[in-house]
Amino acid sequence: MTLLLFLSQAIRIAVPYLFAAGGGVLAERAGIVSLSLEGYMLGGAFGAAIGAHVTGSAWAGLAAGVACGALLGSLHALCTIRFRADQIVTGVAINLFVVGITRFFLQLAFDSSSNSPRVAGFGGEGAGAWALAANPLVWLGILTMPVLGVVIYRTTFGLRARAVGEHPAAAESLGIRVSAVRYAAVIGSGALASLGGVYLTLDQHQFTDSMTAGRGFIALAAVIFGRWDPKRAGIACLLFAAAETLQIQLQGAQLIPSQFVAMIPYVLTIVAVAGVVGRSTPPAALGRAAD
Amino acid sequence: MTPERRTALEEALLPPLVALAVALVAGDLLILTYGEAPGAVWRLMLEGTWGNAYGIGQVLYKATALAFTGLAVALTLRVGLFNIGAEGQLAAGGFAAGLVGLALPAGTPMLLAVALCVAGAAVAGGITGAVPGVLRAKFGAHEVIVTIMMNFIVLAVLNYIVSAHLHVPETLHTPSINAGAVPRLADSIAAFHGSAANWTVLIAGATIGAVAWFLFRTRAGFEWRAVGLQPGAAEYGGVQVGRVWRNAMILSGAIAGIGGVNFVLGYKGYYEDGFAGGAGFLGIAVALVGRNHPLGVAIAALFFATLSQGGLAINAMVPKQMVEVLQGIVILAVAASVPEVRALVRAAAGKRRAAEAS
Amino acid sequence: MTAATTGTGDLAIRIRAVDKWFGAVHANRAADLEVVRNEINALVGENGAGKSTLMKIVSGLQPPDRGTIEVNGRDVTGWSTAEAIRAGVGMVHQHFMLVPTLSVAENVVLGREPGGRAMFDRAQAIRDVESLVASSGLAVDANRLVADLSVGEAQRVEILKTLYRGARILLLDEPTAVLSPPEVADLWRVLRRVRDQGTTIVLITHKLDEIMAVTDRITVMRQGATVARMVTKESTPEGVARAMVGRDVSLAVQSSAAQVSADTAPALEIRNLTVRGARVARAVNEVSLAVRPGEILGIAGVEGNGQSELLDAIVGFRAAEGGSLRLGGADLTRASVRARADAGLAHIPEDRHHRGLILDYSIAENLILGLQHRFSTGAQLDRAKIRANAEQQVRAFDIRPTDPALAVRGLSGGNQQKVVIARELSREFSVLVAAQPTRGVDVGAIEFIHDALRKARNAGKAILLVSAELREILTLSDRIAVMYGGRIVTEFARADATEEVLGPFMTGARRDGAAA
Repeated sequence: MTLLLFLSQAIRIAVPYLFAAGGGVLAERAGIVSLSLEGYMLGGAFGAAIGAHVTGSAWAGLAAGVACGALLGSLHALCTIRFRADQIVTGVAINLFVVGITRFFLQLAFDSSSNSPRVAGFGGEGAGAWALAANPLVWLGILTMPVLGVVIYRTTFGLRARAVGEHPAAAESLGIRVSAVRYAAVIGSGALASLGGVYLTLDQHQFTDSMTAGRGFIALAAVIFGRWDPKRAGIACLLFAAAETLQIQLQGAQLIPSQFVAMIPYVLTIVAVAGVVGRSTPPAALGRAAD
Repeated sequence: MTPERRTALEEALLPPLVALAVALVAGDLLILTYGEAPGAVWRLMLEGTWGNAYGIGQVLYKATALAFTGLAVALTLRVGLFNIGAEGQLAAGGFAAGLVGLALPAGTPMLLAVALCVAGAAVAGGITGAVPGVLRAKFGAHEVIVTIMMNFIVLAVLNYIVSAHLHVPETLHTPSINAGAVPRLADSIAAFHGSAANWTVLIAGATIGAVAWFLFRTRAGFEWRAVGLQPGAAEYGGVQVGRVWRNAMILSGAIAGIGGVNFVLGYKGYYEDGFAGGAGFLGIAVALVGRNHPLGVAIAALFFATLSQGGLAINAMVPKQMVEVLQGIVILAVAASVPEVRALVRAAAGKRRAAEAS
Repeated sequence: MTAATTGTGDLAIRIRAVDKWFGAVHANRAADLEVVRNEINALVGENGAGKSTLMKIVSGLQPPDRGTIEVNGRDVTGWSTAEAIRAGVGMVHQHFMLVPTLSVAENVVLGREPGGRAMFDRAQAIRDVESLVASSGLAVDANRLVADLSVGEAQRVEILKTLYRGARILLLDEPTAVLSPPEVADLWRVLRRVRDQGTTIVLITHKLDEIMAVTDRITVMRQGATVARMVTKESTPEGVARAMVGRDVSLAVQSSAAQVSADTAPALEIRNLTVRGARVARAVNEVSLAVRPGEILGIAGVEGNGQSELLDAIVGFRAAEGGSLRLGGADLTRASVRARADAGLAHIPEDRHHRGLILDYSIAENLILGLQHRFSTGAQLDRAKIRANAEQQVRAFDIRPTDPALAVRGLSGGNQQKVVIARELSREFSVLVAAQPTRGVDVGAIEFIHDALRKARNAGKAILLVSAELREILTLSDRIAVMYGGRIVTEFARADATEEVLGPFMTGARRDGAAA
């Protein structure tokens, strides 16, 4: 096993996590709970399949996938911000909704209950480092967290989003439109997280039913384990991906059952929120509708 | 009816009605995109569920599991917590029930065997719920995050045990139980023939009654609801809030766990990987639509079971996945209309009071 | 209205006949306000008089239901906070509106950040705030995290926020409620300075000494309406108090003190009690006190000097770090809330919405909160007994409305407090801890509650009264202790205590020495 192979495989696994966790950080820093990352990803994956299938272009697939993600983000935002719906319930509902609607339209568009036809993708074939480097989404994924770090800590929008996530009433009293900031963050979150799904579809050259397979929740785990900070969340994504890679590459050796490796992100997250090693404290107004 | 009761009823009943209307419109649109006539599809859905004994039996079967998970979620919401972990608790309960049934010698008296299996399910579910409960009470760890993570952990552990140690070759299910099978309704009422409905539905009914009695008639229920409404005031009333949180998560997990009996003892006679199939998550919807009231939970469980069975009934005309979309829409619509309705109803009540006062 | 008329030309704020409802509560009733430019105008009144609501309307946080607001001669009725800020109106809230995880500089510039459209220029923000600190005299380090600031510093940040936005009209809601005396002195210095630099200031308060010391003009509100307007120099504290309360008030309150022999064994005895606070290590610092049967011990003091932590420790919400607490001779230092209650401790909590009541529970249910084990047989609640108890208490305490099945959320503040008091007095108790027993309660209910406390005292109960209202302490107490900085700094027999005597101790100007 070469280091290059290991790295390229880890990055391949990490890219969807990075997009989705980036979306999670963005929305949660502005105070909106992101249980719907899974739904955004799946929606993005399906949108990408439709876009790429209809036009034959991966770029069109990307655009369609992101549009789906932004649309789902808008739905989440509308329910939780305009109608002050419970954010946890809304997140769960969006996940259910997306599973249903992608299956429904999979049937309608491709007359299949399992997968779309083969669609275009980016770059070369295979799992090698070269194919990876040819995929623009990989580079975008790697850039996600550094860019998000700048957005959150260095821009006016980021400052306001952090204020809104911690103390919406204070932001409101200074004339900041709390709703507007939250809408922007949640819609952006949907668009960003959907890229994770877009990447999966274009990488595998097809959409399959429920193909995100819980990756949105691993991303959420990375957000919490990373204490809502882009850099730390990014490292958490890489860590989780490295563990998975190790498990895949050691599969023949049967050292640890794969299920236990798959558990690592979840166990680490529980440990983090229980405060056993450095408590993970969410934004103070996370989950609360602004009055 | 006092004005207070009227306000409370309006607050409870209007959101589900709004949601039903929204879902009907959304359903119409989906049906139309598939080129079918909405009226015919809806009629087919009703006929396939409440139109014959088999359909009713299937609805009852599906509603049974949902009643347990819905009750589990509602119970935690009553103490101010949110159990997202019913999915894992349901699976753990089903697995434990199967394990007990496997371990018992064939010929164990049915009632005893069922009781032991149910107890096993409750214990397994309770332990699964205890983890987030204790972490919340002791460390303040947010139970939503912990229960989500616990779902994945529990399902992975069960998958490992079944796939590595306890499966019938070529399958992902355990061997069949020796004792503890819950009889089907069809055994006594022939009309239900073919449906999976079984007497677990009675356990569900009894649990609903017990939870209602507990919440609204007992001292502990008084204290639990107080914790959910205002932890500070409950603490002041001598209630140990952390202990209530822990116990509520354990009880909730146990109730969700018993739900696993429906599939394992009542239907297949073995534990199968992935049998929960989202019934735990749907429990959130059931609790929400049932407004966290045991009676409401029962009605909501029947509603969601009807949708789910109805999906199969219409599959020839419109893909059954339509009902999954509708489930999501119903939840969104209820969640989104609750605060709005509350504001409107309270404003209207305020105006009535002001009008009476002047 | 006893108005000192002014020309409308030099008015910074002019409010005409504003009405504001919150559900069934009529917070403002045709309220008027005229504030002359370049003056410090006190807006005074008792708790619940509608002062804060009126200021929220001026600052754009709430629209009025009726009436008009003019700022600098322009009709701005129903404007937004953003518009208010742009027009130079800044509000400093009673509860700070600061983001704890952001720095001082970030909090100050939030919403009007230096930099281009997208990027936030942090260095510039720090420079701006530092120059503002220099010109205003509001000393605070621009780089520090707000979470690490003291209360006084946090308030300075609040004022800096308004000045940064070019506020020419400054609204301050009870700014001294949480400050220590040197911080109060600092605040007055700064306010006079910014007034002299051309700022108009509205100061919400209910403390007479502050009003007389720093303001130019006084507007008095009562029950949502404006009832008087005067020039400070031409008014007397008695006159202001009369306008606030609506009747003659003797500031030297009549005493009806009971004399209890010091030999009587105390019902409640606290020795060297030390309690950790949220912000300070020793919120309660080696406090010792004793309350005997048949007397009311009043604890006077500016809020935030450890009273809340002391109460929490007595009732059992907060563990004591050191010292002991005995009730009728039994050591309860480590006992649970319920064990203390069962040992004979009754408690009127200072915050009835957070602690005292479950707003969505009925009157009947709230009347047994904490007594639920006495109203059940086995596991089950005894509903007949609960109902009978409720009907009896509703009659005895004149709680309205009288239907015990109604949720207490819909009750007025006074009736809600009566529910709490009815419940606590219906316990079997020997010691009653009464915290702010009349806060947010209408005048009629105040008399009723005071009577109930006196009756309990006369029936031989030991009562510990904690109140931010000095008048209430003077009215009810038989002995008075003053709490300052987490310590009991002095104690007086009622006969020796007056506002003049207690004041210097409450503000930390004097310690000990005069203890009887």
